Amino acid sequence: MSPAPAADPNPARCAIEARAGGSTLVLSGDWTVARGAPRAADVLPQLRAQPVRELGFDCSALGSWDSLLVMLLLGIEEECARAGIRFDTANLPEGALRLMALARAVRPEQHARPARAPWWRRLLTGEPLLRAWGELLGALAFLGELLIALGKLCLGRANTRARDFLWFVQQAGPAAIGIVTLISVLVGMILAYLGSVQLRQFGAQIYVADLVGIGMVREMAALMTGVIMAGRTGAAYAAQLGTMQTREEIDAIRTLGMSPMEFLVLPRLLALVLVMPLLTLYSGVLGMCGGALVATGMDVSWTQYLHETRLAVNLTHISTGLAKSVVFGLLIALAGCRAGIQCGRSSEAVGKATTRAVVTAIVALIVADAAFNIVYQRLGI
Amino acid sequence: MDAAQPHIEVRGLTMAYGSRVIQKDLDFTVNRGDIFVIMGGSGCGKSTLLKHMIGLYEPAAGEILYGGASFQRADDEERDRMRRGWGITYQGGGLFSAMTLAENVALPLQQYTPLDAATIGELVSYKLALVGLAGFEEYYPSEISGGMQKRAGLARAIALDPEILFFDEPSAGLDPISSRLLDELILHMRDALGATVVMVTHELASIFAIGNNSVFLDAETRTMLDYGDPQRLLTGSDHELVRRFLSRSAGEGA
Repeated sequence: MSPAPAADPNPARCAIEARAGGSTLVLSGDWTVARGAPRAADVLPQLRAQPVRELGFDCSALGSWDSLLVMLLLGIEEECARAGIRFDTANLPEGALRLMALARAVRPEQHARPARAPWWRRLLTGEPLLRAWGELLGALAFLGELLIALGKLCLGRANTRARDFLWFVQQAGPAAIGIVTLISVLVGMILAYLGSVQLRQFGAQIYVADLVGIGMVREMAALMTGVIMAGRTGAAYAAQLGTMQTREEIDAIRTLGMSPMEFLVLPRLLALVLVMPLLTLYSGVLGMCGGALVATGMDVSWTQYLHETRLAVNLTHISTGLAKSVVFGLLIALAGCRAGIQCGRSSEAVGKATTRAVVTAIVALIVADAAFNIVYQRLGI
Repeated sequence: MDAAQPHIEVRGLTMAYGSRVIQKDLDFTVNRGDIFVIMGGSGCGKSTLLKHMIGLYEPAAGEILYGGASFQRADDEERDRMRRGWGITYQGGGLFSAMTLAENVALPLQQYTPLDAATIGELVSYKLALVGLAGFEEYYPSEISGGMQKRAGLARAIALDPEILFFDEPSAGLDPISSRLLDELILHMRDALGATVVMVTHELASIFAIGNNSVFLDAETRTMLDYGDPQRLLTGSDHELVRRFLSRSAGEGA
C-alpha cells in the first residue's frame, strides 16, 4: 500500500501542538500493524485537556501507514464531533480519507442476538423435557416410516435397489475383515490371559478354553464387532447421509418421488443386519484362536484346547450371540441413518451427526447387551 | 494510477494434475492497482490458476513473480513473508464456523502482529465496518446470510492490509444487487488500500464493471487465448470465442 517500511525503526508518534489558527495533531513515523502505534484512547486525554476549537493535521513526517492510522483518525473524529471541534481533514492522506468514508458508510447498530434464557428458567419451563419428548416422537416417526418401507419392500414395491444393497454389504462386511480379525484375536488373547492367571492357581488352565470360547461366542464377539461397526459403518452412514442432506441430494430424491427411507436407509440397514451375524461368527472363531495362542504357551496343547472348546461351546451359546448381533446391527444402522437424515445443512452439522451416530450406537449397544443378559439369565439360557 | 508497474508476473506457467495438463504456456502480467479477472468457460482451470497464484499448488513448469521475486524459487521463510502480503477470500467465504466473525478477523492479527488485545478488538471492528458489517462482531458465520459471509471473508482477507487481494468467484450465489454491492466494495478497497486485485469470475457484469485487465483461458486448446482490458477484448480480440464469451452470444457450435 505505502512505500516499503524503513529498515531502521521509525516509531509512530503523535502530539498536539498549538499553532496559529488552531491546534494541530502532528503525526510522524511508521504507523503499521506490524509495529504497533498509539491508539485513539492514548491521544484523547490530551485533546480533552486543552481548549481546542479546531483540529488540523500535519503529516509531513508521516512514513508508511495502514489501518492503525485510519483507526486513530476515526476515533479522534468521533470525539471531535461529540465535543464540537472542527475536524480539518485538509492535510490527511487521500487514501486514509477514502477508508474513513467507507468505514462510516454503514453506521454500527447493535444487532443484538436473541438472548438465551438462563438455565434455571429453561429447566423450570421444562425445555429439556420437551426436547426429549420431541426426540422420542421423532425416533418413533422414523421407526414407523422404516416399517412402512420394509412392508413395501416385502410386497416388492419399494424403490430399493439391489445394487446399492450389495455395495453396502461389501462395504460393511469384507472391507471390515481386517480390523475385525485384529480386534478379535487380541480380545481372545486378553480373555485367555485374564482367565489363565486365576485358573492356574487351581491347576485348571485347561478351562481357559471354556472361558474364552463361551466368553467370545456369547458376549465379546457380538459386542466388539458392534463397537467396530458403530465406529466404522455407523459413522460412515451418518456422514454419507449428512453430506447428502447438506448438498440437497435428499431433497432431490424426495422431489423425484422416491422415499429416502426405501432408497437410502433400507439398503444400508439390511446390509448391516446381514453382515453383523456373519462377522460375529467370524470374530468368535478368531477369538478362540487368540485364546489358543495364549493357552498353548501355558502347557495346554492344541488338541486339548480344541477338545475342551468343543465340549464347552454348544449351539445355544452360538445362537444367543447371533441374536444379539442382529439387534446390534439394527441399532447401529438406525443410529447412523437417523443422525444422517436429521443432519443440519452446514458442514459442522455433518461432524455433529457423525459423533451423534457413534455415541448413540455405542450407548444403545451396551444397554441392549445388558437387557439381553438379564433376559437370558431369567430364561436360564 | 501512475505508469503501469508490474506486480505479479506469470512466466511460462504450465499447470497439471499428474500427467493431465490443465493449462500450458500461460504468460501475463498484472500491474499494481489492477483489478485482474481470470475468465473462461467452466472447467478450464480458472480456480486452478488462482490456486497456483496463491501458492497452494506447485506449477509443472514456469514460475510466478511477485514484485520481481519468484515465489517458486523462494525458500519457506521468504514464501511466508510473501504470503503475508496477500489476502484471500474463498468461494464459500472460508470462515471458521466455530468462531465468531470478530474471532475470525482477529486470528491473523493475533498470529502476525505484536498488537495487544484492545487494539486488535478495535481493528476488528474497523475492518468489519469497512465491509459494512459493523455490529456483527459476535455473530457466528452460520447465523448470517451468504452475502454477509462473503463480506466477512473479505474482512478477514484485509485484516493484515494486504498488497494483493485474491477472490475466488466473489459473487457466485449472490443476487444481482448484493453482487453489485460487493463489486463496489472491491473497487473501494482497491482504491483505498491501493491493493492489486486478482479474481476468478464469470459474471459478465462484474467483469465489465470493475475489471481493467484480464486473461481468458480456453478449455479446448488448454492455454490462454487472449489477455488485456476486457472492454478491448469484447470488440478487439482476435479470437471469436473470447468475443462471444464477453458478448454472451452462443454463436455456432458453442
